[in-house]
Amino acid sequence: MQAIYRNVFGGKSGLIGLLILAALIFVVMPLSMDIFRLNLVGKYLTYAFVAVGLVLIWGYGGILSLGQGVFFGLGGYCMAMFLKLEASDPQSTAIQSTPGIPDFMDWNQITELPFFWEPFHSLTFTLLAIIVVPSIFAYLIGVTMFKRRVSGVYFAIITQAVAAILTILIIGQQGFTGGVNGITDLKTLLGWDIRTDSAKYVLYYVNGALLLLCILIARLILATKFGRLLLAMRDKEDRVRFSGYDVANFKIFIFCVAAAFSAIGGAMFTLQVGFMSPSFVGIVPSIEMVIFAAVGGRLSLIGAVYGTLLVNWGKTTFSESFPELWLFLMGGLFIAVVMLFPNGLAGLYDKYAKRFIVSIRNMGSGFLDKRTFQKPAFMDRVLMQAKLQAIATWLGQIRPQRDDLKHKQPA
Amino acid sequence: MEGMSLSEWGSIIAMQGFAGISLFSVLLLMALGLAIIFGQMGVINMAHGEFMAIGAYTSYMIAMFVESYAGWFMDYYFFFAIVAAFFVAFLAGYAAEYLLIRHLYKRPLDTLLATWGLSLILQQILRSSFGAREVSPPLPEWLIGSIEIAEGLEIPINGLVVLGLTAAVTAGVFYLLFKSRWGLRVRATTQNRVMSGAVGINTQKVDRVTFALGCGIAGIAGAAFTTIASTGPTSGSLYIVDTFLVVVFGGAASLLGTIASAFSIAQAQSIMEFFMNGSMAKVLTLLTIIAILMFRPEGLFASKIRK
Amino acid sequence: MKNLPNRMALTKRRISKLLAALSLTCATASFAAAPPTAQVNTTNLAVTDDTVTVGILHSLTGTMAISETGSVEAEKLAIDQINAMGGVLGRQINVIVEDGASDWPTFAEKSKKLLVNDKVAAVFGCWTSASRKAVLPVFEKENGMLYYPTFYEGLEQSKNVIYTGQEATQQIIAGLDWIAKEKGAKTFYLIGSDYIWPRTSNKIARKHIENVLKGEVVGEEYYPLGHTNFRSLINKIKVKKPDVIYSIVVGGSNVSWYKQLRSAGITPDKWNLLTISVTEDEVLGIGGENVEGFYSMMKYFQSLDNPNNQEFVKAFKTKWGEDSVIGDVTQAAYLGPWLWKAAVEKAGSFDIDKVAAASPGIELNTAPEGYVKVHENHHLVTKARVGKWNKSGQAEVIYTSDLIEPNPFPEGYQ
Repeated sequence: MQAIYRNVFGGKSGLIGLLILAALIFVVMPLSMDIFRLNLVGKYLTYAFVAVGLVLIWGYGGILSLGQGVFFGLGGYCMAMFLKLEASDPQSTAIQSTPGIPDFMDWNQITELPFFWEPFHSLTFTLLAIIVVPSIFAYLIGVTMFKRRVSGVYFAIITQAVAAILTILIIGQQGFTGGVNGITDLKTLLGWDIRTDSAKYVLYYVNGALLLLCILIARLILATKFGRLLLAMRDKEDRVRFSGYDVANFKIFIFCVAAAFSAIGGAMFTLQVGFMSPSFVGIVPSIEMVIFAAVGGRLSLIGAVYGTLLVNWGKTTFSESFPELWLFLMGGLFIAVVMLFPNGLAGLYDKYAKRFIVSIRNMGSGFLDKRTFQKPAFMDRVLMQAKLQAIATWLGQIRPQRDDLKHKQPA
Repeated sequence: MEGMSLSEWGSIIAMQGFAGISLFSVLLLMALGLAIIFGQMGVINMAHGEFMAIGAYTSYMIAMFVESYAGWFMDYYFFFAIVAAFFVAFLAGYAAEYLLIRHLYKRPLDTLLATWGLSLILQQILRSSFGAREVSPPLPEWLIGSIEIAEGLEIPINGLVVLGLTAAVTAGVFYLLFKSRWGLRVRATTQNRVMSGAVGINTQKVDRVTFALGCGIAGIAGAAFTTIASTGPTSGSLYIVDTFLVVVFGGAASLLGTIASAFSIAQAQSIMEFFMNGSMAKVLTLLTIIAILMFRPEGLFASKIRK
Repeated sequence: MKNLPNRMALTKRRISKLLAALSLTCATASFAAAPPTAQVNTTNLAVTDDTVTVGILHSLTGTMAISETGSVEAEKLAIDQINAMGGVLGRQINVIVEDGASDWPTFAEKSKKLLVNDKVAAVFGCWTSASRKAVLPVFEKENGMLYYPTFYEGLEQSKNVIYTGQEATQQIIAGLDWIAKEKGAKTFYLIGSDYIWPRTSNKIARKHIENVLKGEVVGEEYYPLGHTNFRSLINKIKVKKPDVIYSIVVGGSNVSWYKQLRSAGITPDKWNLLTISVTEDEVLGIGGENVEGFYSMMKYFQSLDNPNNQEFVKAFKTKWGEDSVIGDVTQAAYLGPWLWKAAVEKAGSFDIDKVAAASPGIELNTAPEGYVKVHENHHLVTKARVGKWNKSGQAEVIYTSDLIEPNPFPEGYQ
């Protein structure tokens, strides 16, 4: 019990960070926003799944993938295929030349459902596919790349190429995929209308709960020996390899986990927004998702959520009022986040807010000292250190050593 | 195709061969700058397409200026524009290296993100100053049209010009890298940065000039492409994926690899486009590249050193 | 050209005539006292005693901004003119402009904002089919009214959308008939960018060529959006030697395509090229010298010689600058606010259901393209035109069809 408390929730401080996030998602936001804004937040939170995955592979694993949109898209498309089949029953598609198949297939002279669409009649299969299909895909990429010790910039560029290829494929095979328009006009999930306000609330809460679950899983992974190995691999891959560990397998595993997270986000996106299109698969969204994680702090799982919310909120607000300025801001953000605060919001928090809180607490304890009893000097230091530790991990960071915060990348 | 004579087939095959070579020169011209930077400092410059656009707009401005104020120069401005595009992009690259890139050499992955940010900013600057619409620089008369070598055998002039330019730039890069003192210093720095510093090479300066040179070549590409493609704030991004693929497929740090990969990708795509639908050809080319990368993930000409 | 000497005087007279004509067509309501709000707005729209709010939803940023800017300008112009004439049902039109940012979910998000938060009485917007597909469920669920300006592939019809551009059959068939008759064309090579609009349009073109014109399609090819190398394709065209190259290439590819055609010796003296994707807007980027002598099929060209259009072009240039060009879609976007005004005044109400019901049968004599009428199926009855491009980037209209009924679900073309 104690171990779970310490490892999964990150002890007291980790738990507090998590609770604050949960309160924000489940209480503050729904109370302070109308359903329209809340639905927007829900959409942003689906990107946070990708950002959390990126914290795992990039922040802790040192593997930068610029193709996470691929997995987001695969998850989203799996969900969309199921919903589209449900929306294309023979009655509502009666005016088509072939009733009972999705409308875009009919426009492309396809007369029967392609074989790989068939299983998506089943919700169970779909839910499994959302996790399994992207994971298998990630596994294939991982095996070919990591076993060959491809890493760093090279890996980033290849993932980017994969994203580009998948986009071209989806657009090119529009008879099977809906092409550039994507899969649109999704209505019901097992007869339950997903477009109503009440459905949006339900989906928002499901989304939030899944996100927290993913964060917990990620924490569990990082808290184990595997998490420490991941860090070790990021900082000195060779030494881990010489110690007898199969580095590639660890990388493949974490890459698959991140892919599965992204896919869940994609599926939730489809449910909340009501369609899926190739514009989420390509290079641009994939890189933007990296910036969400970077802004939040690449080492902070919870920070990733805040980063995603902040950037998207900025995007919506600024692009409404100053569309010209937005690209400058976004570009500036990319540069600032790597040049000035490489550890993102979480890093800023550590650097400034923490010091502030500590000084306040110190004032308090100093006050206490004078009023009541004299504490031995060493107690003060121990106390300070404990507080420091607690606050440093407050944003949900798991840091076995201080060194981890220093920025290191594998060569 | 009934009714086509042997000589007509001959011309088609010749023109098709030229189509492949022409695509090869386009890909190579784009990829050279990227490959030099990647080879030298292990950095992928995501803003490469925007440096290309800078070159294209430089050429556009010169063309507009010449058209309005110095009509007699119209026939020759293109060569001048190419040189100017090189220097403008070179200076922009120099500045970018000084302000941004040099702070990030120890973190190549972060450079990727920073240069992406740079590309967004450059795009918006171009959009704000030239408008979002594509522009079309007026071309000298002699650049439009084709040379008819034989009946039905027409070779596009702009393709020839790009081909010639690519050959010249490639030769220039090879000379610079392998025959000049500067190239010696570049290669030394690539092989062992610390040692190079120890023997008195100013590695910072080498980096800066290399980066600027890569950007300058992108500028040349941009100016050259005004003759065959669009000039807009985002037109650089049309090429960027293909360019990345060429560099990745060729293998890092190998100029020969880049040339070989540009050639094979261009020929494969060009030939497939002739025999099938353009979209299918593109997809097949990309899939082939990925499949080969699965077996040779470090590219055609990978360095033999194990990491 | 006969009225050249006193053109200015005439122009002024035309303006007043135009305004008078416009107000006549738009019923007498605008001169009467404004009817009470409770009567014209029973569904809680953003209508007050002296204003009514509408939305404009286009991409102001991103890759589509180039194409959509013209539509925004035209819609704003039309709204300004309507306001100058006294507004709609005595109410001045307020505009909320939202940016779809070339991103389909953003379109959906912003359309929802306009309908749910701002309660706008109508939205003028969208450009690509993808953006329209993304907002359509929102408009149908929240019961909004969308005026969609782009020529598109058809296969759609909604109570909540008025399509002011032409659907595929209106654009394609007349042009094919013309070129078959005029140039004796028998063989066609169909080329398109790879997405739904070119594919559907080519499907209709193929059926028409094979079944009606008894011609032959010698090739049909699609290239990814953004493709820049067409030399292999050009060689294939040279092998097949079609009578007509029929092209629907869009976006950045357009420029490469025409530049490479010209440089490969595919010139209008030896080849016929017919396109449905090049308007004055695109020619600006391609360069007039590269499309000179090729044909476009549209319903509107800036050079159209009629009083309505001369006024429109003049007003447009006064407001948005001498250098601005007006393409087919820009003109169609300009029709949106006028059609909405006419429908509102016919219905005597801003309520969406009443406006939708009143829309069929609305006629506009004052459209720059000439007479248009809203059909039962919410598309416009309109003419098709063929224009031949010249070096300065304008088209000479060389063929005008009769009025064509819209038919978004054409029998025999599926």
